[in-house]
Amino acid sequence: MAKVKVFVPRDSTALSLGANRTALAIQAEAEKRGIDIELIRNGSRGVFWLEPMVEVETDKGRIAYAPVKPNDVAGLFDADFLNGGEHALSLGLTEEIPYLKNQQRLTFARAGITDPVSLEDYLAHDGYKGLTNALAMTQEDIVKAVTDSGLRGRGGAAFPTGIKWNTVLGAKGEQKYIVCNADEGDSGTYSDRMVMEDDPFVLIEGMTIAGIAVGATQGYIYLRSEYPHALQILNEAIAKAVAANYLGDDVCGSGQAFHLEVRRAAGAYVCGEETSLLESLEGKRGLVRFKPPLPAIEGLFGKPTVVNNVISLATIPIILDKGAQYYADYGMGRSRGTLPIQLAGNIKQGGLVELAFGVTLRELLYDYGGGSASGRPIRAVQVGGPLGAYLPESQFDTPVDYESFAKLWAVLGHGGIVAFDDTVDMAKMARYAFEFCSIESCGKCTPCRIGATRGVEVMDKIKSGKDHAKNIQVLRDLSDTMLNGSLCALGGMTPYPVISALNHFGEDFGLNVSIDKKLNEKEGVA
Amino acid sequence: MGISLVNKLSDSDLKKIESHIFAHQGVPGALMPLLHAVQDDIGYVPEEIYPQISQALALSVAEVHGFVTFYHHFRTHPVGKHVLQVCRAESCQAMGSEKLESEIKAKLGIDYHQTTADGEVTLLPVYCLGNCACSPAVMMDDEVYGRVNAQAVADLVSEVSNG
Repeated sequence: MAKVKVFVPRDSTALSLGANRTALAIQAEAEKRGIDIELIRNGSRGVFWLEPMVEVETDKGRIAYAPVKPNDVAGLFDADFLNGGEHALSLGLTEEIPYLKNQQRLTFARAGITDPVSLEDYLAHDGYKGLTNALAMTQEDIVKAVTDSGLRGRGGAAFPTGIKWNTVLGAKGEQKYIVCNADEGDSGTYSDRMVMEDDPFVLIEGMTIAGIAVGATQGYIYLRSEYPHALQILNEAIAKAVAANYLGDDVCGSGQAFHLEVRRAAGAYVCGEETSLLESLEGKRGLVRFKPPLPAIEGLFGKPTVVNNVISLATIPIILDKGAQYYADYGMGRSRGTLPIQLAGNIKQGGLVELAFGVTLRELLYDYGGGSASGRPIRAVQVGGPLGAYLPESQFDTPVDYESFAKLWAVLGHGGIVAFDDTVDMAKMARYAFEFCSIESCGKCTPCRIGATRGVEVMDKIKSGKDHAKNIQVLRDLSDTMLNGSLCALGGMTPYPVISALNHFGEDFGLNVSIDKKLNEKEGVA
Repeated sequence: MGISLVNKLSDSDLKKIESHIFAHQGVPGALMPLLHAVQDDIGYVPEEIYPQISQALALSVAEVHGFVTFYHHFRTHPVGKHVLQVCRAESCQAMGSEKLESEIKAKLGIDYHQTTADGEVTLLPVYCLGNCACSPAVMMDDEVYGRVNAQAVADLVSEVSNG
């Protein structure tokens, strides 16, 4: 009889909730009962509120049990979970769990299904089909496909990926580079980490396609040091890709070279800014560079360089596999395709939700997120990391779309949504935004370096009530200077959380918010 | 409170560092991977090796110093046997990390960047561990722990201290 396959995720978040102990308990219990199982450490499907989620392969499909703690294991064996038996923790077929079933998984099509470091698994689930197609195309046609897909940089800046590639393709240079920005420092985001831990080959394939498209032979993944598991998994996957000739001097016998190396970052948030990242990769302090020249013309070591976020690169394979139109058919307006949204903070059902652009915040927070974890009303959400605006409930019907957010003076950024309940002090969050900026500023430009520190001081004065009206004005003026005078987004966008908090939650700043505004907000909710 | 661990570079540590320097010569952008190798191996980046590094990589001592001090990850002094990082970012704040931070500091009797009197645990702040669906989170050495409270962290500390 074939061994029953049992899946226990090895993703960091699953591990953070005890997945290793659960896996050990299952192995031990199987041995005790003399049952031979095949324990597979798959990636996570990103339904993090249900981790550790154990799955069993049956004739009907994979059946999920969650969350499984070590002391649940004996009971699961008693209930014959190896044959899909009924148990209090049974969730039925994994694919039918509404949280997953209603998603549109393109970039994350394989996450949680496969063993992340199994190349065979990757190939069996449509892996390397995109590269195979790309190798039969001209460089111009590959770039055109990426442009036609409408893919925009998923790191946060939303710049069209195809246009960036086209610049590098047209740039003269004997050496070109592909740099993957995996310095995912935004609070509330983890989709890059998930790609690297749960489906690393898709990133490797995406970077290889990028290299072939623009004529780059060397790639670097600049990975934040806070992700040790991602480092290990990526290196294991890269070694397997090299051994199978998917990386190296002659990729798949095409005669084209592409080499890939992971470089660890060292805990500087500003290095997520592309020019700072390049300085860091060159072995220097991560000081932001002036632009122009664009990295596409003079990037790493002065050579033409594609710098793309993990999610952008991990989305390339499906575009080359299924075609630009297939991807572009998802989405709304100028936001094409899907966005892997990450639900975080005070949320009952936190996890990864990949959907076409157009879904509203309210649907995400309540239909998927299930409301707050504390059970209290959600008062504010911060979208797009520490430099993203805070949105009040009256804006929860906004669709997830770059332009709709821009209209509200907000950003989608990297797709992280952090929920706060009604116990949050928004003035404190504004102060924190300045504090974070002061800790992480690279120091090159004055508005950011000095402005962040002054911002903390002004917030303290506002809180103490000293010269209140004057200091509120100072806060607005200072934010205006940072917004317009900073060299990069760190100083330039720190005003987003600050001013949005002030505008929407003025009462927390000691402002007398008029009754009219409150009434308007109530109507907005209804 | 907390103790300060004395900087003493042993001959064997020096040998290890020299072999890392040798291995990284000729690597493009070598400083970052070299310093990671040194800190992974001996726990910190001793200032007394700046001259050797600068010579090997054709940099000034000031450039090496500037690099090390720019990045939060690198430290120039030894730390405890274990490093406990507590996330201070927004997602964890939304789940009460501020209270958790002060409880952990009180339980350990130390502030950030300090080491417990028994030399076991060094406490550091961190800004996001990518575990935001299960906040608040801490990281003990290379392992993340989600949905923690002060008691869970205290248990974790005793577990590694006795281990």
